[in-house]
Amino acid sequence: MTARSVPGDGLGSPSVGRLGLGGAPAGAVTVLYDRLRAEERLLLDAFERIGVPVDERYAPNVTFELGGGANEDWSGQVVLERCTSQVKGLALSRLATACGATVINAPDVIATCGDKAATSAALARAGVPTPRTGIAFDLEGALALCDRLGYPVVLKPVVGSWGRMVSRLSDADAVEAVVEHKAVLGGADHKVLYLQEHVVKPGRDIRAFVASDATSGDDVFAAIYRASDHWITNTARGAVTSPCPVTDELADVVGRAARAVGGGLLAVDVVESDRGLLVVEVNHTMEFRNSIDVTGVDIPGRVARFAAERLGV
Amino acid sequence: MVDARSVSVATGFGSVTFVPGSVRLGELFVTDDGVEVEVVRLEPLTFAEAPEEDEDWGE
Repeated sequence: MTARSVPGDGLGSPSVGRLGLGGAPAGAVTVLYDRLRAEERLLLDAFERIGVPVDERYAPNVTFELGGGANEDWSGQVVLERCTSQVKGLALSRLATACGATVINAPDVIATCGDKAATSAALARAGVPTPRTGIAFDLEGALALCDRLGYPVVLKPVVGSWGRMVSRLSDADAVEAVVEHKAVLGGADHKVLYLQEHVVKPGRDIRAFVASDATSGDDVFAAIYRASDHWITNTARGAVTSPCPVTDELADVVGRAARAVGGGLLAVDVVESDRGLLVVEVNHTMEFRNSIDVTGVDIPGRVARFAAERLGV
Repeated sequence: MVDARSVSVATGFGSVTFVPGSVRLGELFVTDDGVEVEVVRLEPLTFAEAPEEDEDWGE
């Protein structure tokens, strides 16, 4: 398997013509991104602070040529995958892993976290508490499932973030309308109707950040409350953040959730309920710009150290 | 404050101002017309209108 990059891959003239992700400087972490957001800038600064060189790769300009048999440059390399596009990130993660690189997060983790049905299946298999959840494929099945879950129900796209297209449906009429819209307008991912019990939460949820490793264990290193008058408590939709203590209960449930999806650097969303803490979502490309000041935790620094440790630094 | 070394470049969506040599791929700018653009190529320097979101974007 060989890989190559095209000119203009963001590395300046020395990189032109270099092979794919292979050829990164020894001891460097490759940061693979498709948009230089606040998080990526903070991560690059964090690597600089700890003295770890970074090989920046602009994902849209990376190309792979498969089947050439020259994959020797990849072993020992560490890639931090930071694409906003899940499709690009997963594809590149799979190919880089196949070429011998250690990718954070691993492709199986991305695939699991990037699909809410897969996440729910992994959490259920591991016995992690979650809201009651199910899937259906047509209106009849959806209505039957909603009757069992009880109204209101929450309908989410299996792929998507930031609260996009998340609907709270109060009755069968609403379910019928949204399912019809999905059938007519939706793409392939909307063929799976992901339905969840509506958990009455105290006007907030919890976002916890965890570094989970099979060898070193789970480090839940920061957490925030996200409060909003809206029932969707996402900072992308204006929720207000405040520090959340990492209690033993929170650390336990977040660590179990992280292990259930395969570990790595993850942001776990949790709701408080009368049944205790319930895991709603596990995010594989954590956003943290709104969580650094409020927690006082150097989140990009923790991410950079996790990646550097995989280099043996 | 604008750096004295800054230059303005027309993007097709308005002008952006930056310090030559400091631009990175994937970097976002807001033009003087209020349009968000991103750097998609360095040689030659090329900007494209930055989408606000896409279906597979997320965390």
